[in-house]
Amino acid sequence: MIQDFLFQAFAAGSILGAVIMVTRRNPVSAVIFLVGVFFATSGMFLMLDAHYIAAINVILYGGAIMVLFLFVLMLLNLGHADWRDLRGPVGGLIGGSISIAFLGVLTRLFVGGTDARPVVELAGSALREAAAEQGVVGVVARPLFTEYTIVLEVTGVLLLVSMVGTILLARRERGVGERERT
Amino acid sequence: MNPVTGAAFALATVGKVMVFFTLLMLAVMLATIFERKVCGFMQDRSGPNRVGPWGLLQVIADGLKNLLKEETMPAQAVRPFFLLAPVLGILPATILFAVIPFASPLPTQWGLVEMIVADVPIGFLYVLAIGSIGVYGVAMGGWASGSKYSLLGGLRGSAQMVSYEVALALSLVPLILLTGDVRAPEIVSMQQTFTAGPATYATWFVFPLLIGLFFFFVSGLAETNRLPFDMPEAEAELITGYHTEYSAMKFSMFMIGEFAHVITVAALVTVFFLGGWDIPFWQGDNIRVLSDGTVIGEPTWWKTLLTLGAFGVKTSLLVLVFVWIRWTLPRFRYDQLMDLGWKFMLEAVTVYILVIAFVILGIEAVGIPAGGWYAFVLFLVNLALAGALFFAMDRGKLIRGGAKGVKSAGGDAAEGREG
Repeated sequence: MIQDFLFQAFAAGSILGAVIMVTRRNPVSAVIFLVGVFFATSGMFLMLDAHYIAAINVILYGGAIMVLFLFVLMLLNLGHADWRDLRGPVGGLIGGSISIAFLGVLTRLFVGGTDARPVVELAGSALREAAAEQGVVGVVARPLFTEYTIVLEVTGVLLLVSMVGTILLARRERGVGERERT
Repeated sequence: MNPVTGAAFALATVGKVMVFFTLLMLAVMLATIFERKVCGFMQDRSGPNRVGPWGLLQVIADGLKNLLKEETMPAQAVRPFFLLAPVLGILPATILFAVIPFASPLPTQWGLVEMIVADVPIGFLYVLAIGSIGVYGVAMGGWASGSKYSLLGGLRGSAQMVSYEVALALSLVPLILLTGDVRAPEIVSMQQTFTAGPATYATWFVFPLLIGLFFFFVSGLAETNRLPFDMPEAEAELITGYHTEYSAMKFSMFMIGEFAHVITVAALVTVFFLGGWDIPFWQGDNIRVLSDGTVIGEPTWWKTLLTLGAFGVKTSLLVLVFVWIRWTLPRFRYDQLMDLGWKFMLEAVTVYILVIAFVILGIEAVGIPAGGWYAFVLFLVNLALAGALFFAMDRGKLIRGGAKGVKSAGGDAAEGREG
């Protein structure tokens, strides 16, 4: 009962936060509301007994990625409240049609779709049992390091490659100039 | 006796929140006067000594002053965020305290009350999650003030806190490797009874994870923006950084947040590495509540008080170390600070995790059961690593003596950037 209520509250909070975030003109306020959305989604994960995902969601998205966003916004001082991203009738048309299509999909899910609650509850109870046995971190860690080891390693290599690529791109071009001189 | 359930549990939780929040605020008050007194002692002067006996009522005078002072609002400030920032500065530091176990469980007539506000299953991941939110107060305070000094302080602060969060999180990985659990009460209980059989001595993780403690403490210093990591404030360069434009109670909230953060980090070090509320050389306090409600050991109210005292003593000593460091070490240069974070701490912690993982693998392969020898082998490995770490950080300054250092002042400056 109280769990249902909390879930609804978090769900409503995340939708509300997302709407406010999209409609803000000031990018810094948009970032702050997005952080609020992450917190609300973490709350939803908690209500679904996915404690680890909830924590990681806050640590990575709320605490690291959004701080970087905020950092860049503050550094570049992008707080111009009078700019509009979608300009003119063409932009409006594109944006409007995408939203209407998305709304249609959502309505169809809500009206014609099957009730997802039994599935969620089944997954939740299975998760609770596994968590009681292995701890909430073990539930995620065990499959990750047994069944999906290859996938995990490949993802790690992919991240490493992208990191090296970023450093290469961001590097000062001192070496190039020196070669030209000699 | 079973743990409390139902309405009694809810009431107990509300009570604990109120009591511990009050205790934390009281501790913050004492910490401010403590810091000024220790500072006075270290600089060979009296420190505050006018208000009350030994100047102890100075905190109350300061609090009153902050309440009565004028609240200023800079013309360039972004009003909602300017007001929100002090709240975001104080909130994470205080709610972090929810997952710290303070004392052994307290028996009441309604059942056993565990002395932790919220024993969340994610344990110290909660600490990392909420700790990572602390940066918003600094960043937003700096940006919303509409002042260049504040903005610089906020930018420095957010970059620094994000950088050291990585090392902070990684320095706790060896703890997971050793305990296999993330919940703070479990970690305390494991330090009390780190043996296969009945415990005859406590094994505080400061011994098997000495270097882990060092890295956690250093990153904790950086996270709390204390000297030598107080780049966001750096009063010689930035006036006072992100809270330059704040006055009266809003400034006070930033300060309360900072001191609460210091106390929280000290409490976390206590819980993770110094046995939490464990009283050394006494096995009567090995009380543990299992997840199915069974209680091991005999909880009594005086044990709760004693263990609370032990926890308080350990935490206060660590706060003393914080203050001591503040008045001993000079501030880093900003590039040195970033280099230390990204080019030294991160690599060193990663190597440490690898070493500990392999040593634990080796110990388990040899077949040493959890207990004294297990911890002793890890302690020896840590001592060896501590020696290596000392040589690496020393960079030939102290050990090889002055001759080299005097000869090449310029060379040292270049070396300094290697960090």
